[in-house]
Order: sequence, then structure tokens, then C-alpha cells
Amino acid sequence: MAPDAVATLPDQAMAPEPWRIHSVRRDVASNEVFSWTLYPEPGVEPGPPPAPGQFNMLYLFGVGEVPISVSAITDDGGIVHTIRAVGSVTRAMQDLEAGAVVGLRGPFGTAWPVEQARGRDLVLVAGGIGLAPLRPVIHAALQRRSEFGRMVVCYGARSPGDMIFRDELDAWEARDDVDLRITVDRGTAAWRGDVGVVTQLVDRGGFDRRNTLAMVCGPEVMMRFTASSLERRGLKPEDIFVSMERNMRCAVGFCGHCQIGSHFVCRDGPVFPYPVMEPAFRVREL
Amino acid sequence: MNELLAIIEEQPFFEDMAPEHRRLLAACAAKCSYADGTRLMRDHEPTETFWLIREGQVALESPLREGTVAFQTLGAGDILGWSWLLPPYRASYDARAVTDLHTLRFDAGVLRERMEADPAFGYVLMKHFAALIVQRLQAARLQALDIYSHGGPGHGA
Repeated sequence: MAPDAVATLPDQAMAPEPWRIHSVRRDVASNEVFSWTLYPEPGVEPGPPPAPGQFNMLYLFGVGEVPISVSAITDDGGIVHTIRAVGSVTRAMQDLEAGAVVGLRGPFGTAWPVEQARGRDLVLVAGGIGLAPLRPVIHAALQRRSEFGRMVVCYGARSPGDMIFRDELDAWEARDDVDLRITVDRGTAAWRGDVGVVTQLVDRGGFDRRNTLAMVCGPEVMMRFTASSLERRGLKPEDIFVSMERNMRCAVGFCGHCQIGSHFVCRDGPVFPYPVMEPAFRVREL
Repeated sequence: MNELLAIIEEQPFFEDMAPEHRRLLAACAAKCSYADGTRLMRDHEPTETFWLIREGQVALESPLREGTVAFQTLGAGDILGWSWLLPPYRASYDARAVTDLHTLRFDAGVLRERMEADPAFGYVLMKHFAALIVQRLQAARLQALDIYSHGGPGHGA
């Protein structure tokens, strides 16, 4: 191989910049899910604003680095990340308070096809913390509400106490131009809403099968069954998009840790057209 | 009759049925409304009915020692009840309106006789209900898997 053909890592992409946690919001009673609003430290030149669906690599100095989706962008350039404490890095992150500094590099990856949805009905289906990566799409669509047709947001959570962004859910529910449907796998005595899996909310229709674009984010099994429900409702597979989660390391398509077949999830995803990922859903333990 | 047929025609559950089969269904249907709290089915009791929910919500509940627990809710466009299809024609859970409810109520005992007399109609209706049961079974399996307890740190990344 000629020397000039050797792949090299882009230097900038691998160097985390210091960002300060401006505020911490804890959504779930167990504190397992928390959101940071981050601002760049003085002297840091932030990259382009993340598009809905993209992610950043967040580095807890001395502990490790994890890929986390952007769950909102503030009007003044802050970035919100919503994190679930499930591993050693994210558990250590759970203890940080406002004022702490973390490393950030990004944004990386592909975005939800918001522009492609203009003039069409928009169906967003989120499961669990999968609502976080779809939240910027909801914000973007609400800012330009007239550019889209019917807007159906389906959200499935484990229980009422596991729902995230409760205040925003209430606000979306109060709007007459958003059809918000929420279900929980396990209800409580006080819960008056739907009980059951999120696919049943999709089965209720309420969108134009010939002119709808759907975006789905959640556990893979949930995305697979949701895509089946959407297809059963008449959507073409190419009008369905999913967001994949894998153990990303370099985030620039170099190390291969996040590879699914020939696709690097960090570079070619995390948002994929469903037909691209559908074969992978059928492979066990991939 | 025409009004009932029109309601049936606009429901996805019946959409690929032949017109004569929809007419058979309409002949066995009636509009029925129920107040919040009404119990439509009771576990283990005979049932000769199914409902198309047009508006409102129904909770499917199982009686436990501590009280009843809702394991699924049904809403507009959903079909409630399939115990009428197969012996012993008894409900296997409770169904309770949790809002005011507007439905089409079908006399399933009469429908079953029609299905026996007209096997083509019987096959079509059985296929539709089999698909519905499979859908509910898959949903129940997903619920049992507790899929949201295994999620990553920030899905999509």
C-alpha cells in the first residue's frame, strides 16, 4: 500500500474540549437518568451545532469516554445530554454536579431526516430513554409546525415513574397540533393512561400511510416490532428510520468497535434508513 | 344498517374484507355506549360479544389477591374480545371502561352461527382474529421481556 493511502485519524476529532456542566436535571426517581446542560469553557471554539440525532463523545477525565446523543440544544449554544447510568463511566458521571468540567468531542454521526419530512405526516416512536435522541426532532418540528402534516408522538416507558421529560410531555399533550400517545409496560393504581407496548399506539394509525415519515428510537427489539407495525399500517420501509446503539470508541469510523456488517454506526449512523438495518435485526447476538 | 356499515368500512380491522362480509357483520352490530367504570367482561364468565372501540379507553385487568391489575389498555380502533371464538366461550380477564366509551357491539353468538354456515366468511373472520391474537401475543411477550431495563447510556449513540 502506498503511504498516501494509509488511513489517518483526524487530529481534531480525537481531542476532547473542556465543557462545563451548567445544570443537572434528574428525571427518574431513582436518579438513574439525568440530563446535563453543557457550555464550552472560555477559549473553546465549539464545532457546528449538532443536528437532531447526532451524538457527542463525553469524557469523564480519568474514568472514560462514552457516546451520548444530544437531547436538546439551547438558544444560547448550550448542549443538553440525557444519560442513563448503566456502566462504570455513566455511573461515575451520575455523581457530578453543576460546575464540573468534562471533555466533549463531536458532533458525530448522521441526523434524523427532518427536512425529508417536510410536507408529510411525522410519526415519532420512542421507547425508554430513546425519547432523548428524538427530542430535538420534536423541538425542531414544533418550531416549524406548519411545515409538517400531522405529528404523532408515541412514547413507551417501563412504568409511570420511569418516564422522562414529564413537563415537556405535559406541554406537548396540551397542544392540539400534536397527537401525543403514551403507554407504560406496567401501570400503577394512580396511572390513568395506556398500558401495553408502544407498538399498539402505532397500530392505532391516525396518519396518512402514503405520506408519512417515521423515526423510531429505543431498544432494538422494540424498533423491529415498531417497524413491523408501521409497515402493517402501510408505510414503505424506506420511510422508516431507526437509531442504532453500539459501543463507539473513536466515533469517526476508524476503530471498528461499533461496526454492524459493513456499517460503522458512529460514521454511517446512528440514524439509518430501516431497510439498511433490517437485515441486522435478524442476526442474533450481533 | 347503512350507518353501521359505514362505521365498519372506515375501520382498519375490516378494511380488506369483501362487501358481503362487511354487510354480514353490520347485520350483527349495534352502537353501544358505556359509562366510565362499566365492566364489559368479567374473568371466567361466558361471553358472546365483541366490541369495536370507537371512542374511549378500556382496561384489560386480571384479578389478583391485592386487587385488579391492568395489563393492557385498548383505545379507538381496537377490537375487544375474542373469547367468543373458541370453546368454552368464557372471558379470560376483566374488561372495564376507564373513560366514557362508544363502541360497536357485535352479537358474536349469531356471527359464529354465520361462520359455521358460510365457511368462506368464517375463514376470513377467523384469519382477522388470528392476526389480532398474534399481535397481542407479541405485545405481551415484549412486555414480559422488560426491554427498557436493558437500555444503554444514551440511546442512539
